[in-house]
Amino acid sequence: MLQTENITVNIGPQHPSTHGGLHVEAIFNGEIIVDSTVHLGYVHRSVEKIAETRTYPQFVPYTSRLDYLASQLPTLAYCQAVEKMIGAEIPERAEYIRVIMAELSRIASHMLAIGSIAIDLGATTGLIYTFRDRERIMDMFEMTSGQRLITSYMRIGGISDDLPPEFFPAVNSFIEDIPKMIKEYEDLLVGNEIMQARLKGVGVISAEDAINYGVSGPNLRATGVAYDIRKAEPYGIYDRFDFDIPTRKNGDSWDRFILRIEEIKESSEIIDQALKDLPQGEIMGKVRRVIRPEAGKEVYHRIESAKGELGFYIVSDGSDKPYRLHVRAPSFINLMILPQISKGEKLQDIIANIATLDPVLGECDR
Amino acid sequence: MVLEKDDTEILAKNNIIVTTLEKLFNWGRAHSFWPLSYGCNCCPMEMMAAGAARFDIARYGYEVFRASPRQADLLVVAGPITLKMRPVVERVYAQMPEPKWVLAMGNCAISGGPFKDGYSVLPGADTIFDVDVYVPGCPPRPEGLFHGMLELKKQVQGKV
Amino acid sequence: MPNKKIIEGLQAEFNDALEVSNDGSYDILTIEKGQLHALCENLKKDGFNYLANLTAVDYEDRFEVVYHIHSVPENRKIAVKTIIDYGNPEVSTVIDIWRTADWQEREVYDLLGIKFAGHPNLIRILLPYDYEAHPLRKDFKLK
Repeated sequence: MLQTENITVNIGPQHPSTHGGLHVEAIFNGEIIVDSTVHLGYVHRSVEKIAETRTYPQFVPYTSRLDYLASQLPTLAYCQAVEKMIGAEIPERAEYIRVIMAELSRIASHMLAIGSIAIDLGATTGLIYTFRDRERIMDMFEMTSGQRLITSYMRIGGISDDLPPEFFPAVNSFIEDIPKMIKEYEDLLVGNEIMQARLKGVGVISAEDAINYGVSGPNLRATGVAYDIRKAEPYGIYDRFDFDIPTRKNGDSWDRFILRIEEIKESSEIIDQALKDLPQGEIMGKVRRVIRPEAGKEVYHRIESAKGELGFYIVSDGSDKPYRLHVRAPSFINLMILPQISKGEKLQDIIANIATLDPVLGECDR
Repeated sequence: MVLEKDDTEILAKNNIIVTTLEKLFNWGRAHSFWPLSYGCNCCPMEMMAAGAARFDIARYGYEVFRASPRQADLLVVAGPITLKMRPVVERVYAQMPEPKWVLAMGNCAISGGPFKDGYSVLPGADTIFDVDVYVPGCPPRPEGLFHGMLELKKQVQGKV
Repeated sequence: MPNKKIIEGLQAEFNDALEVSNDGSYDILTIEKGQLHALCENLKKDGFNYLANLTAVDYEDRFEVVYHIHSVPENRKIAVKTIIDYGNPEVSTVIDIWRTADWQEREVYDLLGIKFAGHPNLIRILLPYDYEAHPLRKDFKLK
C-alpha cells in the first residue's frame, strides 16, 4: 500500500528572505503544515548584559541597533524611559523634532515591510520601488545625524544636533510625494491578483488570540482592535496631533499588508502637523553630564514602534550604569503566534505569514 | 616562446589577445561574483540597499545573489557571528564550491564590533574563516561595500 | 487611582500576602510566590487581559519576577511582582492565563535560570540548547 510520511523541513536560518536569522522547523504532510517550531537566537548579541556595563548615555547607540529598520524609535523609547527616571524636562523644539524623526522611521520601516512582503512572495520589483522611496528618508537621516541607517540621533534630554536648513525642503517634498508613492504601490501591488490570492484568508489571527498572545502594533490592529499606544497612553507630545488609527476586520495577511500602507498615510499627516507647529528654541534640556537615577527607581516605558509595543524596563541602583535593562521587543512576542496561524496551511503561506508579521530579528533576539 | 609586454600590445592592436587560461578564468570570476544572500543584522540592510536601484550593484556585475550556497562563490559575512549561528555559517561555507572568497562586512564581522565584550558574539569572522577583504563601518555605506568588492576583484585578478 | 477598587478587593482577599506600592506610573502588587497564580487569575477576571512584559531581576540575594499587565482596549494597567529565593528559583507559570508568557518565561529561564513550574516546554530560546550558564545572573562576569 502507498503510505505517506511526514517530512521535516528547515526554513532558514540562512534563507533569501529579508528577515535574517529566523529558523522555522516545519513538519509537512505533503504540502500542508502539520506543525512548526520557531528557533530563535541566531542574532543574540547579549545586549541586555552589555547594558549593565555601559553608562546610560553610552547605551544610546545600542538602541538603534535593536530595530535597525526604524532606528529612531527604540532610541526614542530608551531616552524617554531614562528621562522618566530622572525627571528631565525636554524643550519643545526637541519634542517636535523627535516626533518628526520617529514618524519618518515608522514610514521607512513600513515601506521596507511592504517591499519585503512583495519580494518574499516572488515579486522582486516591489522591493526596488519601496527601497527607492526609502532612500529619501535615509538622505534626510544623513543630513541630520550623519548616518543613514543606525542614526543614534536622540539623546537623553533632547536631540544631538539641530535640523540643517536643507532638511526642510527635503522633508516637505517627501511629504508631498507620499500620495504619489502610495498610488504606485497600490497600482503595482494592491490591485495585483496574485498578491490578493496569496494573502487573502491566509494566517488569520482572531482578536481574542491576538490579545492573549500579546500581539501588538499593526498585527493587532488588523484583527479589529483599535489600540495604539500613541492614543491610549500618549508619550512625548503625541496628544497634540490629530490622526486616525486605521484598523481592519479580518486579521489575515492581506489586512496586515494593507494596514501598513494606510499607516504610512497617517504618519505623513503627523509629520505635516509637526512641521507646521515646529517652534524655535533649545534642542537639549538641562541634564547632568553623569546620569545617576535614584537607587531603587525603576521604570517601564513603552512606545508604539513600527512593529508594535516596544518597552524598556530599567532598574537603577544609584550608579551611573543600569542595574538591569530589559527590552520588551514586539517582534519577539509577535512571532509567538506563527506556529498557531500556520497550522493547516501550505508552505508558501508560512512565508507570507512571516513576511506580514514583519519581525525584525535584531530586536527579537537582542 | 615568451612574449614581452610590447609584443602583446602589438598583437592586441591587431585583434589578437594572448593570455593564460588562469588569467582568463580569473577575469571571468572577478567580474561576476555571485554573493550568497546571507546575513542577519543591520549590515545586510545596507547590502540590500546596495542591490537596490540607487546604488545598483548590477553595474559591477554582482547582482546575482544566490539563495543556495552551492551556487554562490562569495560569502559576505554581514553582521556578527553569534554562538548559535556559528555552526550554520560554517556549514554554509563548506557547502560552497571552490573557488570561493569571504568578505567581512561591518565592524561586527571584523572584530565583534560594539558587541565584542558580550558573551555570545565571536570576535570576528576571521576566527573561523580566511577573510579576503575587510570592509569597516557600522554599517558601511553601500559604496563601502562596492569598494570592498572591487578590491576583491583586484585580488582575484592578481593585481594586488 | 483608577485601580483603587480592584486593589481594595484584592487586599481583602489576599491579606498579608499582598503589598501595594507605586513606582510613579504603575501600581505594583507584590505577592507571595505561592499566591501568584491565584492573583493573576483574579486580575484576568477583572479585565487585565494583556500581559505586556514579563521579566526578572537578579538582586544577588533574591530574584524578583516582574509582570506588567494591561487591559486592552480599555487601557488600565497594573504591575505584579513576586520575590523568589536565590537558592531554588522556581515560580508558577502563568501561561494558562496569558498565552504570551510562553516565550517570555523561556527567555527568563534561559538567561536567568528561573524555573516556571507547569510550563509545557521550558527549554532555552536565545542561547544554544547545550549552553551551560545563565548569563544575566550577576555572578556571570563578561570578559
